[in-house]
Amino acid sequence: MKQSTQTDLVVRSCRMLSERAVLVVMQACSPVPPVRPGQFLQLLLPSCKGTYLRRPYSIHDFDERTGTVSLLVQLVGKGSTAVAGLKEGDVVNALMPLGNGFDLEKPFENALLVAGGVGMAPMYMLGKELRSMGRNFTYLFGARGESQLLRLDAFREIAATAISTQDGSVGETGLVTENSILGKGGFDSIFCCGPTPMMKAVAQYAVKNGLPCQVSLEHHMACGMGACLCCVEDTVEGHVCVCKEGPVFDINKLKWQI
Amino acid sequence: MADLKTRIGSLELENPVLTASGTFGYGLEYQDYMDITKLGGIIVKGTTLMPRQGNPYPRMAEVHMGMLNAVGLQNKGVDYFVNSIYPAIRNIDTNMIVNVSGSSIADYVETASRINELEDIPAIELNISCPNVKQGGMAFGVNPASAAQVVEAVRKAYSKTLIVKLSPNVTDITEIARAVEGAGADSVSLINTLLGMAINAETRRPVLSTVTGGMSGPAVKPIALRMVWQTAKAVRIPVIGLGGIQCVTDAIEFLLAGARAIEIGTANFVDPAISEKIAAGIGEWLDSHGCRSVDEIVGALEC
Repeated sequence: MKQSTQTDLVVRSCRMLSERAVLVVMQACSPVPPVRPGQFLQLLLPSCKGTYLRRPYSIHDFDERTGTVSLLVQLVGKGSTAVAGLKEGDVVNALMPLGNGFDLEKPFENALLVAGGVGMAPMYMLGKELRSMGRNFTYLFGARGESQLLRLDAFREIAATAISTQDGSVGETGLVTENSILGKGGFDSIFCCGPTPMMKAVAQYAVKNGLPCQVSLEHHMACGMGACLCCVEDTVEGHVCVCKEGPVFDINKLKWQI
Repeated sequence: MADLKTRIGSLELENPVLTASGTFGYGLEYQDYMDITKLGGIIVKGTTLMPRQGNPYPRMAEVHMGMLNAVGLQNKGVDYFVNSIYPAIRNIDTNMIVNVSGSSIADYVETASRINELEDIPAIELNISCPNVKQGGMAFGVNPASAAQVVEAVRKAYSKTLIVKLSPNVTDITEIARAVEGAGADSVSLINTLLGMAINAETRRPVLSTVTGGMSGPAVKPIALRMVWQTAKAVRIPVIGLGGIQCVTDAIEFLLAGARAIEIGTANFVDPAISEKIAAGIGEWLDSHGCRSVDEIVGALEC
């Protein structure tokens, strides 16, 4: 059975959530194999001048009944700027789904889903999946300030949400690793996506407290399917492709100094 | 329908489209997106005698109409290939060709002789042109004498079709082509990547961990075409052309310049089904231009 497919996507809506983030909702033109939370797609943007390769984006949400896929994209360069410029009816091409996603096979009762900035993207679909599995979980989001917190209302509909901002504009002031929820949560598993320094700090917390922890990495990619060997991460098994063996890794597999 | 068959040494290809080493994994990676048996052949990832970890991340930089890579021949070594990969790919119904690399002549010879024993591998592509490794690789391919030396040694150990992949990072590629032809190569493939670099002005640092890397993609096509044209005139063995092929017309241009087959490389990353589309498209192009076979257009450039 196919794990992934190439399909055109028709843009249904494209809405700026902040000065630097956009939510794009698109409809697949052909059947898409099952999508797991934490997987990504490779988007080809024909209108994007000056780029050549596809761009990998985390899948924010996917409705398998309608083939509707949502992306939460941070504007960082030419590719994401072109994503923000998409209009209703535009057609882009995607390879999807790709990567392994979060491993939800291991037993846990009460998970903490930690994200920073646009690392919130895969946490929406992960939360929906955990809810349908009947698992307890809490969101913990970190950002510099309020404008970097994306779709908070949508997340709050799924689960209780704790927040840390560096400027104190929402939630507690400080870093996610300083949030008081860590002291009272009784969590037995952590899923994390965000800037590397944040993920390392969360991994450190997990190690110190003996909690299993999965992190979602973001490396520059060319192919997205394990052929070009460009997006490697150094692991206990040597260099492995983030696109194929990841993007989600158990922290015990990584060679992070934590 | 035009006859798409072509020959490289004793290797018979159903059509002239091969996939370039390092851009198509072991073929299996692309099965979700296309029928890989519709290709003339698949040249699998570069294989060395011992396992190689390759270079540190970052290994890739996008450039205008192309990319730089500095993978550095990451692979699990020939033993792993023979024991774990070969059984999974040997029954794929197309020519499975192994790209062989090394850091010494003895390495090349040992790896080639191990592959020689594999019944379902009809050819190797000898990589004397990798720009991303410190020892060996391109060092062999930039000098006619050392290129001939490694090819001569491998020729004695390898009895099937021997393709030698040439580096464009030389003053006169025809000199190297003639040298490896004289040393017993059945074919030459060109071009490997062009040495380049990318800089991040904000950080004042190189983008690649190795500072320099190999450039590929549509931006290199005019250089590749020129070198294929020059080389096809300079040698009698068949030339395989590659470098920036993106579409059917690009492939036809290489055939006109004298290539008997072509390889699709970086374009596989943009459209994973492109090689199958180009294979089918060459047939349609020949039909619509009143050509009965690929042979009719190989080297048919008028100038």
